[in-house]
Amino acid sequence: MREQIRQVLSSQRQPTITVLSSLLAVQDSLHYIPDEAIRETATFSGSTINEVWSVASFYTNFRFTPPGEKTLDVCWGPSCHLLGAQEVLNAVHLALEIEEEGESADGKVTLKYNTCLGACAQGPVIAIDHHPIGKQTPESAAQVARELRGLDG
Amino acid sequence: MPTPFEDLQSRAAARWEELTAGQSAWIRVGGGTSGLAVGADRVFDAFNHAVESSGVNASVSMVGALGLMYMEPQVDVLMPDGTRIYYGNVEPEEAISIVEQHVKNGEPLLDRAFAYSVSDGAASGETGVGKLPVLESLPMFALQERIATRNFGEIDPHDLLQYVANDGYTALNRALTEMTPEQIVDEIKAAGLRGRGGAAFPAGLKWSFLAPSDAPVKYVLCNAEEGDPGAFNDKGIIESDPHTLVEGLIINGYATRSSHGFIFIRQGHEMSIDAARKAIDQTYEAGLLGKNILGTEFSFEMEVSLTGDSYVAGEETALMEAIEGKRATPRFKPPFPAAEGLWKKPTNINNVKTLAYVPEIVRNGSEWFKGIGTETTSGTAIVCLSGHIKYPGMYEIPMGMTIRDVLEKVGGGVSEGEQIKVLQAGGPLNGLLGEEAFDTIIDFDAMTAAGASIGSGGIIVGNETTNIVDLLRTLIAFNQFESCGKCFPCRLGNTHMLEILDRMCQNKAKSSDLALLQRVGSSMKAGSLCGHGQLGYNPILSAMKYFGDEIKSSLDGELELVGVFGDGTMILPSRTRP
Repeated sequence: MREQIRQVLSSQRQPTITVLSSLLAVQDSLHYIPDEAIRETATFSGSTINEVWSVASFYTNFRFTPPGEKTLDVCWGPSCHLLGAQEVLNAVHLALEIEEEGESADGKVTLKYNTCLGACAQGPVIAIDHHPIGKQTPESAAQVARELRGLDG
Repeated sequence: MPTPFEDLQSRAAARWEELTAGQSAWIRVGGGTSGLAVGADRVFDAFNHAVESSGVNASVSMVGALGLMYMEPQVDVLMPDGTRIYYGNVEPEEAISIVEQHVKNGEPLLDRAFAYSVSDGAASGETGVGKLPVLESLPMFALQERIATRNFGEIDPHDLLQYVANDGYTALNRALTEMTPEQIVDEIKAAGLRGRGGAAFPAGLKWSFLAPSDAPVKYVLCNAEEGDPGAFNDKGIIESDPHTLVEGLIINGYATRSSHGFIFIRQGHEMSIDAARKAIDQTYEAGLLGKNILGTEFSFEMEVSLTGDSYVAGEETALMEAIEGKRATPRFKPPFPAAEGLWKKPTNINNVKTLAYVPEIVRNGSEWFKGIGTETTSGTAIVCLSGHIKYPGMYEIPMGMTIRDVLEKVGGGVSEGEQIKVLQAGGPLNGLLGEEAFDTIIDFDAMTAAGASIGSGGIIVGNETTNIVDLLRTLIAFNQFESCGKCFPCRLGNTHMLEILDRMCQNKAKSSDLALLQRVGSSMKAGSLCGHGQLGYNPILSAMKYFGDEIKSSLDGELELVGVFGDGTMILPSRTRP
């Protein structure tokens, strides 16, 4: 794990490397920030663990435990809200057997509430691993959620 | 001997000729995040397969978004005779019939097409397309004035040559070879270009604060952290025509005698990130970035800077904190960025849209730009329509058009239900507007006077079924979730306002709650460093103006309960920033 993290940190391609860019690179690669990555980022960037934590805890895309195999984002922003996002969100809860953001009971899917997925003209919008899917209904979103769990759909 | 730029232009012209005037057809699939959300990637793959399997002579490109998002996935076919036909809501399965019948046999599927256009000089009507409307005659097209969006749906955003073939980088060439930095700043001032990020500050004036400094390192930052729900025009520009932005930012750098540019984008918006990075790489390769651009004394570096999820990171001083790799919280001002900005160096921050106008202003002159729009707001607004609107999409309209015309003529009116009841314009820190405000013109000052803002250009439309208190709760919930937490009045005030609105939605409000909301709102305004707290009460303030009776009914326990559980509660994230 440590070697992999070091590899990720040192292979950032943009000229400007910071604590935030390093954490983003780790999250992009491992899909979460393990404790070791906090320590490695501190060493790599010449910062303290405290400084790295302050950044990691600020941005809501960072997570500190491994996510499910797939991440399902559901938008609850005002545009999708008017088009029925709450119904979509509730249907996804039921399909994943959870009552709030987090991992489905079988650990396969991570549900994340999102404030805007950038495809407002196609609302309500959900996304699988950042790939947006528009024009959702409670039924279609529940089907997507079930399929991600490997259920019949 | 041709200059390096003339050489680039001749290669670009050859490329364009090959695509548009050769013997093969050109199939353009509309992309962008919005298109992707309805399967444009699968449609693109299907057309590639169809062209291969039918053996026709055709190129297939993924272009940006034409803007008519209700038609997505949207595809058009340009035939060698210059006729171009547009298909809407295309399924991947239809690719083979469009390729076989239209491209191979020259028989367009007229019942599946929604418009056509002809390139200059080509005969119209002869292929039977005369029954279709000309694209430019469709109301949502005819009323547009496409400046920043001129290349949307026209060119492959990942091909620098296609941009150059459509006058791209001629403004940069002109700026570097014929104009002084001062002349460009004056030109932007004279054009009356105001910042499109929401604050509407005159761009030329902002540039003039940075230009005089002799510091060897100075930064120009492009804010592409488009967090406003309902706004997707910044992403639209980067995804559909990233070189317009890159060119605008280089000119911004030259005019302010800066050394480095950053394009600031949120991680996860992969299409924008990919488009911006590719565009920058290509621009370096073409000698338009780096040392001694186009053989001049001017050197300029550019990179993409990624941020994590944080709405406040779009605030200009918080943005600089994020680029420095820290928590995206706002700084005290003064010092202002032009004096002490990124890494304490003199800095300018401009929105994507602001910069996207710059090449056309330099190319066509300030008089031309000033001639579009209103007295106080020249140019256009790139409006994003979503919600209960018939034709959701992204449309560039001249400033001065009434809201009603935008909704009815461009947007086609309400999509479901009887009528439009409410608009949420300019992002979640701005106001709600009711029907009586629909004759307001789109212009920074008129919109602000009406209680809303053009802001980022997002217009979210609600029909008569929209529960105003519930909509307000969603907006405040967004603002509460996104407060960076630095200023106590904003962090706690938003939480407090959300609790009150939650009570109102559940018919559990107290008679004193409206006054309490107002007190909390005024504390936030007085005690917050940035707009997030200062403007946080705006949605409620404007809603009181247009929907006061409805809001008051929630105090009497008479509000119709909404929400999936029937009890007026709402599903909301529990996480806040520590």
